[in-house]
Amino acid sequence: MVYNASVLSVVTFIYGLAGTLYLFAWIFRKEMPGRIATWVALVAWLGNTLGIVLRWVESYKMGQEFGHAPFSNMYESLVFFAWTIGIIYLVVERRYQNRVIGAVAMPLACLAIAYASLSPDKVIQPLIPALKSNWLIAHVITCFLGYAAFAVAFGVSIMYLIKSTENPVSKQGVAVRIPSSELLDELTHQLVMFGFLFLTVGIITGAVWAKQAWTRYWSWDPKETWSLITWLIYAALLHFRMMRGWRGKRIAVISVVGFAAVLFTYFGVNFLLAGLHSYGAKL
Amino acid sequence: MDGKVVVSPSIISSLWRFFASVRLTVVLLLCMAVFSILGTVIPQNAAAEDYVRIFGLFRYQLFVLLDIVDMYHSWWFTGLMVLLVVNIVVCSIDRLQTSWRAIFNKNPKFDLKLYRQRKGRIEFSAKVDAIKLELPFQQFIAKRFRYCKVQHTDHGFAVTAEKGRLSRLGVYVVHFSIIVLLLGGLVGSKMGFEGFVTIPEGEAAEVIDLINSGRQLKLPFQIRCDDFEVSFYEGSKRPKEFRSSLTIVENGQDVLKRDVIVNAPLYHQGIGIFQSSYGPVDGPAPQMNRLTEPPEEIELRFQSVTSGMVYTQKSALGKTVEIPEGGGQLSIEQFVPDAKFQSMELGPAIIARFMAKEGETQSVTLPFNFPKFDAMRRGPVVISVVSEHQPAPTEERYYTGLVVSYDPGVGLVYAGFILMIVGCWIAFFMSHKQLVVDVASDGRSSTIIVSGKTNKAGMGFKLQLERLSDQLKQLANGGSRISDQNGPSIK
Repeated sequence: MVYNASVLSVVTFIYGLAGTLYLFAWIFRKEMPGRIATWVALVAWLGNTLGIVLRWVESYKMGQEFGHAPFSNMYESLVFFAWTIGIIYLVVERRYQNRVIGAVAMPLACLAIAYASLSPDKVIQPLIPALKSNWLIAHVITCFLGYAAFAVAFGVSIMYLIKSTENPVSKQGVAVRIPSSELLDELTHQLVMFGFLFLTVGIITGAVWAKQAWTRYWSWDPKETWSLITWLIYAALLHFRMMRGWRGKRIAVISVVGFAAVLFTYFGVNFLLAGLHSYGAKL
Repeated sequence: MDGKVVVSPSIISSLWRFFASVRLTVVLLLCMAVFSILGTVIPQNAAAEDYVRIFGLFRYQLFVLLDIVDMYHSWWFTGLMVLLVVNIVVCSIDRLQTSWRAIFNKNPKFDLKLYRQRKGRIEFSAKVDAIKLELPFQQFIAKRFRYCKVQHTDHGFAVTAEKGRLSRLGVYVVHFSIIVLLLGGLVGSKMGFEGFVTIPEGEAAEVIDLINSGRQLKLPFQIRCDDFEVSFYEGSKRPKEFRSSLTIVENGQDVLKRDVIVNAPLYHQGIGIFQSSYGPVDGPAPQMNRLTEPPEEIELRFQSVTSGMVYTQKSALGKTVEIPEGGGQLSIEQFVPDAKFQSMELGPAIIARFMAKEGETQSVTLPFNFPKFDAMRRGPVVISVVSEHQPAPTEERYYTGLVVSYDPGVGLVYAGFILMIVGCWIAFFMSHKQLVVDVASDGRSSTIIVSGKTNKAGMGFKLQLERLSDQLKQLANGGSRISDQNGPSIK
């Protein structure tokens, strides 16, 4: 009767398979597994899309008052997080013709959905009054596009750091298969700019919504504060790079720190700190 | 005295240089990030006892001294923000001074010599004279670049073109938006107010308690709560809606009637009214039953929780009745004119003894004014007394809790939001591109150099140049694709 959860649990394994294939192609320098990995990743992402659409449709089938866009709790947001990682990675792969980043990005998507499946709020619940707003969709979509861009940037930065620790003289090891440092550096920069724009829009849509629901556009709630902390870290990264000409390793390190802040904003705040954003706390 | 005149300009200029540095920006951004963490770990604006209990007296005193109990409004956090604003303003002025003339230049200069030697340029040749290429090349490039001009050179011509010059302003738009935002926040906190008011159903209020100062404020109008309703999703405790039916009253006249729910506030005279909380009103409503003597006949009402059926039975004080559906027996023992439950005034009530089939007995209170009161017992049947003076069943009376706020800075804040999004878009994804297509001819064939630069180093521009030179090559060879030995080569 309710199919979305079963579709999504299958998708978890497809993402996992794609990640394994990317990793295999990278380590053993094989072309074929890489090509298959791309198709598997595409199938996983399409399955993920189907799962979200099914959940949306099924929520309305359960009754008019249950119906809502599936972005309202921890489970639904994690599933959407995997979806945004999937789409951003696939676009990057196509544009830069490089599959190595898939070895980090796909496992991240897989982890997000696998973690979601542990959540008790898999059952579709009707919305509480505070969430009944059109801003919900705009806020969640923009925030998670930002988060996912930072996640893929994190993957790229990790690749960069692996490459830079490898001895440049030796022509062996996994680092040889990593694309040129300039490409990785450029990619981090592009992804961080994309993520920064969407995080900005996400915070702003959240603020406009908060004005409507909680009377203030900013109340220094832990979630808000941590999103600002994340924003400040990436703002510093952009200034380091554009104004002080920092490149490579130092930028990669800040990008990793930035992603840690993203994770804390997303999970840490929900579990460790109390606040207004308590919808996702049940996990 | 003389020395001061000499020293001060250098002090000003060194201050200027201090505030114009990006290093300061980055330090301030990271400081704000790190200090902000403090406020999410240490509770803000909590009660003094709580701080002492969690952190101890000494640390609490330290917190108070350093304003950590309300750190986002402390002098030092505000100071950081002020420094950042000064930094942004000085930086922007400093940089705009040097780039202003370059940005607003109607006739940009292109140094052809530099472009001919630029890294990344693309060269190819065509078997036609330069004169034949001039018009098609110019038309082709003019379609793609806003500014396009042909210069004649010793051996041919050069098309110089550029676009996106104004995109260099994007970063200033972002910086300006931050100032507009903070200004909006300042205006809101200095000239606006935020307060809380609770209004029982059927009553009106015009005085609110201000949230931060503890003072009170009289509104220019009255708010009357006609009705409050909370609804839950079927079969669960998940709230579905909190709805207050409000009427705005000005000089004794009803001027506006509207329902306020969460996410849909009411605005009147620029003042917003938001649904915030609710609760039961203590004490019976004024129009309620005020029995002082026990009535001769008592009508009882039983609602079975399992079947949902409702039964009524007439009885009197001192009698015992059978509860329908085999629920046991109920003996009516006593009448109390002013029953109490915890601190809640229940008014007149019947005290009865409930005897279940299994032999358990339990004392139940059946207030005349609160027919749902017995539901709290969570028994298999809800018992109530039907009151003669009042149509039963009556609803419990609620008050609604409203936040009333006025924020004249909100327009500025929203303007800042829009500027920031637009500015980020321009600063990140638009660039100033300059292009030179240099054509040199010996009369029979021409050598073409495609060279360009952009203010944002990126892989995208290189690809664009390659595509452009491919298209130009097709154009030069009469639209046909010729792959000869003189294919494009990137230098």
